[in-house]
Amino acid sequence: MLEVSGLRKAFEGNEILKGVDLSISKGDVLTVLGPSGGGKTTLLRCLNYLEQADAGTMVFQGKRMDMPTLSRKEIAAYRRHTAFVFQSFNLFANKTALRNVMEGLIVARKMPRAEAEERAEAALERVGLRDKKDAYPSQLSGGQQQRVAIARAVAGEPDVIFFDEPTSALDPELIGGVLDVIQHLAEDGMTMIVVTHEINFARHVSTKVLFMDEGRALACMPAGPFFEEQKLERIQTFLRSLDRKDE
Amino acid sequence: MSERVINILITSFPRILGQGILVTIPLTVISFSLALVIAVICAMIQIADIKGLKQIVRFYIWIIRGTPLLVQLYLVYFGLPDLGIMLPAFPCAIAVFALNEGAYCAETVRAAIEAVPKGQMEAGYCVGMSYTQIMCRIVLPQAFRTAFPPLSNSLISMVKDTSLAANITVMEMFMETQRVAGRTYEHLALYSEVALIYLMFCTVITWLQRMGERKLNAMNGGEVIRA
Repeated sequence: MLEVSGLRKAFEGNEILKGVDLSISKGDVLTVLGPSGGGKTTLLRCLNYLEQADAGTMVFQGKRMDMPTLSRKEIAAYRRHTAFVFQSFNLFANKTALRNVMEGLIVARKMPRAEAEERAEAALERVGLRDKKDAYPSQLSGGQQQRVAIARAVAGEPDVIFFDEPTSALDPELIGGVLDVIQHLAEDGMTMIVVTHEINFARHVSTKVLFMDEGRALACMPAGPFFEEQKLERIQTFLRSLDRKDE
Repeated sequence: MSERVINILITSFPRILGQGILVTIPLTVISFSLALVIAVICAMIQIADIKGLKQIVRFYIWIIRGTPLLVQLYLVYFGLPDLGIMLPAFPCAIAVFALNEGAYCAETVRAAIEAVPKGQMEAGYCVGMSYTQIMCRIVLPQAFRTAFPPLSNSLISMVKDTSLAANITVMEMFMETQRVAGRTYEHLALYSEVALIYLMFCTVITWLQRMGERKLNAMNGGEVIRA
């Protein structure tokens, strides 16, 4: 469904992505693993055009796009099929939870208010926060804010959702609730690309794993073989270091 | 205080207050409204980084902030006629006050817009909104809440600065007081009186500011958060 090849991105001469290829099919949960500074977040931001790639081709649902030269209009059209969940939630601070979810539906998708409200409430129900619909972001915990952000992503019925370290900014006891919500989405067949450091979550939920290190994809393969039959020394070391941390 | 002074104060009070209501307040309200329009436009031009226009805005702010308000009033009222541009005193005062305050408020508004976390802009893009939609619905309402106290400051300043318009023959409160004082020689009493009226006006604005802040807080969901 989504295929990217030769993705490159540099910031002021410093090359962050050195030609990354990846592909996912409908229903895939691709987790992106790797050490900090390996280019995971930049990769994800390029995939949703929050950063403009220097080179790369994207094929999305059969449509071929040249990533550096995609027009603003084409980007907007593409984004109507995608959603993005940020590490720091980025809820609209001046809107209630319900309004946060409705905003894109009404303004960008021109949906009638009543229909948008119904859909937004259903999305909040899905993340277990229907009773908080009138709360402002400042009145919610980090975990709740992230779940509202997920509801906002889901409400647009995207074909793929990008998660950028969705639990990295959360207190440890709030992480579980957010991961549960993401896991439920996975069980419902939602296609997702998740940048994460939660190795156990990655083991349980992902169908595919992309391993990023120093701007390169060292592996992009099904999850089973990635975790069980890993041959690359670099990845083995990385996994072992995480397992040790978990103990 | 002698009976004469008290009489002078009592008879002059409605006259001075009257000029305040008829001239000082309209001058302040019209100038400040225009200043806000100028400020938002200049701030948006700088934020959106529109080439050419941005340099013009920076130049305008540089000139205005670097020269005294009184000099600007004299330049426009007494200086421009040399170029054949003659403005009546009141419109001239409005133009100068609006342009002057606009430059200061532009910086306030720009800072307030920049204080809204960038992530909300990106989140807006990701749910499919356009730049203008995000600005109008997400960023500007929050920026307005941040800018409200400093803008109230500017408004209070301007109420008092309008007294400078007396120098270019605008018959506002201060000039009226000067006239009465010149006739009666009761300087201490009369200038205290006009000071009290300025204080009244500014007290009302302070109340309005407090009410406004409460209302804006409610609309923005409690205190402004910076996530």
